[in-house]
Amino acid sequence: MSLLCETPNPSRRAVLMTGGALFAWAYLPRFARAADNRDPRLIVILLRGALDGLSTVGPVGDPDYAGLHGDIALSLSGANPALPLDGFFAVNPAMPVFARLFKAGQAAVVHAAATGYRDRSHFDGQDVLESGLPGPGNATTGWLNRALANLPAGDRIAKAGGLAVGPSTPLVIRGAAPVLGWAPQALPTPGDALAERVLDLYNHRDPVLAAALQKGLDADRMAMGDQLDGQTMNPKGGLGNAAGMRQSAQGAARLMAADDGPRIAALAFDGWDTHVNEGGATGRLANLLGGLDGAFEEFEKGLSERWKDTAIVAITEFGRTARINGTVGTDHGTGTVVLLAGGAVKGGRVIADWPGLKPAQLYDGRDLAPTSDVRAVLKGLLADQFGLSAAVLGDKVFPESAAVKPMRDLVM
Amino acid sequence: MAAPVSNPVPPDKALVALHRFGLGARPGDELGKIAADPRGYLKAEVKQQDITLIPPDDPRNAGLLDSTAAIQASMAAAMERKAARDEKAAVAMQPADDPAGPAMAKARPAVPRIEADIYRDEAQARFDKALAATPGFVERLVGFWSNHFCVSAAKAPVVRASAGAFEREAIRPFVLGRFADMLLAVEHHPAMLFYLDNQQSIGPDSRAGRRRGRGLNENLAREILELHTLGVGSGYAQADVTSFADMLTGWTMAGREGRLGEPGTFVFNPNAHQPGEAMLLGKTYPGGGMGQAEAALNDIARHPATARHIANKLARHFIADDPPPAAVARLAAVFTKTDGDLRSIALTLIDLPEAWSAPLTKLLTPLDYVVALRRAVGPSTGNEPQRSLRWLRALGQPLWQPPGPNGFSDQTDAWASAEGLKTRLDIAWQAAKQANDIGDPDETLASLIGNSVSAETRQAISRAESKQQSLALLLMAPEFQRR
Repeated sequence: MSLLCETPNPSRRAVLMTGGALFAWAYLPRFARAADNRDPRLIVILLRGALDGLSTVGPVGDPDYAGLHGDIALSLSGANPALPLDGFFAVNPAMPVFARLFKAGQAAVVHAAATGYRDRSHFDGQDVLESGLPGPGNATTGWLNRALANLPAGDRIAKAGGLAVGPSTPLVIRGAAPVLGWAPQALPTPGDALAERVLDLYNHRDPVLAAALQKGLDADRMAMGDQLDGQTMNPKGGLGNAAGMRQSAQGAARLMAADDGPRIAALAFDGWDTHVNEGGATGRLANLLGGLDGAFEEFEKGLSERWKDTAIVAITEFGRTARINGTVGTDHGTGTVVLLAGGAVKGGRVIADWPGLKPAQLYDGRDLAPTSDVRAVLKGLLADQFGLSAAVLGDKVFPESAAVKPMRDLVM
Repeated sequence: MAAPVSNPVPPDKALVALHRFGLGARPGDELGKIAADPRGYLKAEVKQQDITLIPPDDPRNAGLLDSTAAIQASMAAAMERKAARDEKAAVAMQPADDPAGPAMAKARPAVPRIEADIYRDEAQARFDKALAATPGFVERLVGFWSNHFCVSAAKAPVVRASAGAFEREAIRPFVLGRFADMLLAVEHHPAMLFYLDNQQSIGPDSRAGRRRGRGLNENLAREILELHTLGVGSGYAQADVTSFADMLTGWTMAGREGRLGEPGTFVFNPNAHQPGEAMLLGKTYPGGGMGQAEAALNDIARHPATARHIANKLARHFIADDPPPAAVARLAAVFTKTDGDLRSIALTLIDLPEAWSAPLTKLLTPLDYVVALRRAVGPSTGNEPQRSLRWLRALGQPLWQPPGPNGFSDQTDAWASAEGLKTRLDIAWQAAKQANDIGDPDETLASLIGNSVSAETRQAISRAESKQQSLALLLMAPEFQRR
């Protein structure tokens, strides 16, 4: 019925069986291995607006793909051929860095993935993706922050806190654990005298604002600290364009490369809601994917020797319709891709229990059917990077998700 | 034993009127007088004739274009830009030793961005109105509805050109009118049809659909149900979305060639309309062109889920992130009883006891912060409105440019971020440095925050090392930032 993609590396099923066998495993302080100087980092990139997974990593070997995805389907031939990953999947040609990392065993794809959310509202979908709760609601904390909060007290990852990149803090990293904030902006700064006075006033009158301002000032000092040439980064707009994505990654990498810098970060990139003229190998989506690819490159460069300990995961609230709509775009769907990159990633694999694209195989007759749970991927990363136990992950980090087993062995 | 925190003194009535409901105090405001009859002060603004409109007879607004003219200007500019690109490409194709090549490329200047000029003029008019408002409750309502029915200038040049006109044409006339009328005006407006992709949605069985093999785009239909009216989780299904999208096919904007009508205006194109009856929320709407979706819009405007959705959002905006259920219930009841009369709802908001007892805990949104700061500082040097627009971008709330069709967040958590606070500090400092005239710090404090100011804030301001620093401290004080 379903085609299990054969890649040179273990299939998802094989991975899951290994994970199942290790289910009894408890807290393992793997993050602080003095022997090999391992100092892991995790970067979560949220792609808000619903990423078309079928135009990001195209199942070019599926006979039904080209017909459904029409003019915007990726193809191995033509003027802008997609970059083959294995015999079945190929990545959008706007992502040469990702393709290079994949070949080098430092990038992987989980395909036909979705969270537990099955409706098609962006905002509820993002709520579920970021809160880690079973359904939408008035969530005030995110799974990444709860993961931080559940690390042992005094642990250096927990002590350094998280990093939120962008003018507002994404829900995924909001919560009790400390979070730094930083965004690439260039306004003249008032100097320390005023800042200290305002901080003093907040400490007496408004502790919430005091904590936020303190973190903002700290992050700014760290990010600007080693710019010895006095060069400042000019903002090129928000995080919904390629230049902004690259810049925010550049700054975040600088903060995270520091020995006392945050080990965990969240970035939110906007603009993936491609209802009209989505484009395929070139065009609107390809431009955005090029920005994401640029962010991967900046992290690789900026983290330098820490790249080998780093895992980046890019996730989105849901996918888009398998069949293009009436306006050469795609509407809200279900299954999509999770992209993994970083020196710590056991890459070179597309992990997919491929559901197929025949009419009866589509979810609701319209979407790529989900066969992997995004939460399983995230749990696997948190387990293998930071040693969080399946019990904590299933209860505290992703409440009521014990049935979703961590996908193990995604990282070294 | 620690003193219970939960025995709050009711907030200062003048601050509730000026901050919770209004756009902030200006030097010269008499806070004592306002506190004596704060509800009367707010209601007096609501009663003013044409208070929701940008005054067209003000000479400063004489240059504002209606959406048709703005979109036509954008269409013409797009053609010119294309011609310039084509010419450049043709020049690049010429052999390098052709002397005409580089000279021609230099001779033609870059086509000016007419859309950016229109956007800036509209921003200027909006800021002018906000800075002059007393106390600005009506402008806050305009902002609320503009965010509820948002379009984004980032979508395309025609939306950048028409976003301001959209607010003046589809939002402002109805802010103290009927919700159903605002809904109909919004969904008929070219800016919205373009923003949510409906101008290209084609009924699969319509004449155009059969001929061109193009079809439905359900974006507008989904967001109307989810965001504009009923709210998510209120009981509609995917089939309702698809069916409503069918009804909305043919709602479009006339293109540049004018084949369907005056370019840039709303038109109903029967050739693109999905024929036949359609079902929404269990009710069948007989086929009949544009009236079909209009009938559906009129029905969902009156739906109890819409009343609850709107009531909840309003109470969250004006009272607290977790609004008191009694206040939400009261607003929903008035919405239903008055058939969505927004003037009655505005007056109900003013009368809600919760609005005068809940502590001032919400952080000003960046837009309201920039406006409050400009009102407090008064005339200053600097290039307006570009400066305010730049501040809004830095704070993450660029004008008429939300990240998605759900608009900007209305919750304190979204804005009380580390980066956000640091940027507010930078802006407060800039504003203080650029102020033309900073009066006596104590007097400024008395007229902007009044007697309820905390001892700590008063002390910090009086000990500042310069007038500029005292003003920046005031602009950062919790009493200024929270409402």
